[in-house]
Amino acid sequence: MIAEADVKKVIEQVLLELENASDKPAGVTSDGYLPDITEVDLRSQIFVPNPVNRGALETLKKTTPARLGVWRAGPRYKTETLLRFRADHAAAMDAVFNEMPEDGLLKRMNLKVIQTLCTDKDNYLTRPDLGRKFSDEAKAEIKGIVGSGASVLIYISDGLSTTAVETCAEDTYKAILQGLDRSGIKTAPPFFVKYGRVPAQDEVGDVTGADVVVTLIGERPGLVTAESMSSYMAYKPTVGMPEARRTVVSNIHKGGTPPVEAGAYIADIIKLMLENKASGLDLKL
Amino acid sequence: MRLKTRIAGKSYEFRDLRDLFARANEDKSGDSLLGIGARSVSERIAARIVLSEITLGEIRSNPLIEDEVTRVIDDQINESVFNEIKGWTVGYLREWLLDHGTTPEMARRVSRGLNSEMVAATAKLMTAMDLVYGARKLRVWATCATCVGLPGTLSYRIQPNHPADDVAGVLASIREGFSYASGDACIGINPVEDNADNTKMLLNASWDFMQKWKIPTQNVVLSHVTTQMEAVRQGAPACMLFQSVAGTQSTNEAFGVSEKILDEAYELITKYGMAKGPNLMYFETGQGSEQSLELNEGIDMMTLEARTYGFAKKFSPFMVNNVSGFIGPETLYDGRQIIRASLEDHFMGKLTGLPMGMAPCYTNHTKIEQDDQEMATMLLALAGSNYYMGVPLGDDVMLAYQDTSYHDDATLRELLDLKPAPEFFRWAVGMGILDENGRLTERAGDASIFI
Repeated sequence: MIAEADVKKVIEQVLLELENASDKPAGVTSDGYLPDITEVDLRSQIFVPNPVNRGALETLKKTTPARLGVWRAGPRYKTETLLRFRADHAAAMDAVFNEMPEDGLLKRMNLKVIQTLCTDKDNYLTRPDLGRKFSDEAKAEIKGIVGSGASVLIYISDGLSTTAVETCAEDTYKAILQGLDRSGIKTAPPFFVKYGRVPAQDEVGDVTGADVVVTLIGERPGLVTAESMSSYMAYKPTVGMPEARRTVVSNIHKGGTPPVEAGAYIADIIKLMLENKASGLDLKL
Repeated sequence: MRLKTRIAGKSYEFRDLRDLFARANEDKSGDSLLGIGARSVSERIAARIVLSEITLGEIRSNPLIEDEVTRVIDDQINESVFNEIKGWTVGYLREWLLDHGTTPEMARRVSRGLNSEMVAATAKLMTAMDLVYGARKLRVWATCATCVGLPGTLSYRIQPNHPADDVAGVLASIREGFSYASGDACIGINPVEDNADNTKMLLNASWDFMQKWKIPTQNVVLSHVTTQMEAVRQGAPACMLFQSVAGTQSTNEAFGVSEKILDEAYELITKYGMAKGPNLMYFETGQGSEQSLELNEGIDMMTLEARTYGFAKKFSPFMVNNVSGFIGPETLYDGRQIIRASLEDHFMGKLTGLPMGMAPCYTNHTKIEQDDQEMATMLLALAGSNYYMGVPLGDDVMLAYQDTSYHDDATLRELLDLKPAPEFFRWAVGMGILDENGRLTERAGDASIFI
């Protein structure tokens, strides 16, 4: 004899399975692809089958990008949760380990590529000391591009995410120029530093004598985004100066500070640096 | 002190203990960066042969470096025990620790006569399985508000970080964590903003949550120790105080800490903390932290890590957590190096006498995959790690790296038939999250039970 409550439970379970079955991406896109799982908004995805309070769980999810309400298979992840995590990690790793495509940003902005002392990506990742130095030839090249008497110098560098600079650097750069243009501040021609660490800007400062050096550089990617870029800036940077002399605007990407907005902000900071002849902790923003 | 040997007819000679200690290490990118690692596989083994014949007395008489860390460690040595064992070679100590006749109590007593260089030297001779087997014998538990590390238990820190320190967001991750029976080691929040007000706010939020749901655990906010002290002076409810520490005085200075500051911290939390103690400090460490600041003083990462433990021990910590995978490929290149370093660190911590927990973790610019991290985690659980981190899906949305998850926590307990810390276990059963066997119930994994 089955109790009424049990029957009810069985029916609920069947209904749930039917619902899940029809929800499943058995659907494919119009051009025959499986749906892109990285496009699912994680904050609206809840896998807990029978939460005590679904409304509350939805509210909790909205407060944080942390992956909550994912439920489980035994004690392990559900398959979709696991694959989404792996897809996000893959994007992060690709952002670090892929080289800049030649037909992308480099071509669009017509950027000359200057390499630090690092010989390849592996060398770059294991030798932070080399990613901040240039050969004499590279220094001469930088000098050649920049010329003399540059006040503001902006350059772009891969850092730890080529994806970030590929997606964010151009818009940020253009917005900075617009902001500076209004104040009549001229900038030196930009270039690209391959296998660059942030302190490479100190050598660039020494070589060019620029008043302000701005480096747009890819941040180490997380799983939330591989597109995050930072702008490191210093007034008359020089090799061996304290880190505290750097000013940074980080988290530049479409889900953080959008590039155009960041560029305008950076332009304001540059003006302040020129007025106060200072940067980093010495400069009140 | 004999510093040279021949193998297969080839001669190898080492300059001093500092040189010998570095050459004896497994391959690590941090040692290679400094040019102090072994230049060939044979040289590595030659170094180990030489090291195995060095006596403990010789190691103590020839310090690798003299600074505050060295002094703090040396002052803790029990002279009676040291006198008994100073004629032992490193090779003998390894065998003695692994011997069936050596009980945990005997090992614990001898560990009081060791300095950190002796601890590191022993681990350098060991293989992965040696490190797991050796550590398993060396259980160390400690008590803050609750007792963590008892045999048969495995605990977790809920790490509910939020990219903007949003209290509601932090609490959401805390709710999810407790619903998986994570959080018996502590709720430990890394703040974005390092100031007393923010620290106070997060301490209050976590403490209030613990009170509301009567959870037997402890809370901590991982801002700088002096920031936490300021918050506690202003009345913030903290069970313990946190700080990152390192194996050289110069690195500790760069971290803004010293023996004096940590003594003051311990005194303050003893007087104003919310827990009974006596273990009221939480330290984080990791191979390569000295090197990332270029303050390694020419000493290999593994030896400096052991020195970090020797320094930490002075303050009777409740938790010492190793995060060697956090720094990056310039110190530990890939999954294999991170697994090896984690096993070394856990063993060295336990041999030092610390309540050691682990955070086998990885950043996205290192050649390590989820599988490597999970393998490290399973091996360390076999070795008897006191606790791990619990991060939602292992993805820390503030620090942007991957660590162990709430799911990993539950899985490891199930795999090895381990339970949470006793009081917390009873609480979790009472909440209907775990059954009497310590397995997740049907309710587990639903954060909304804490609404």
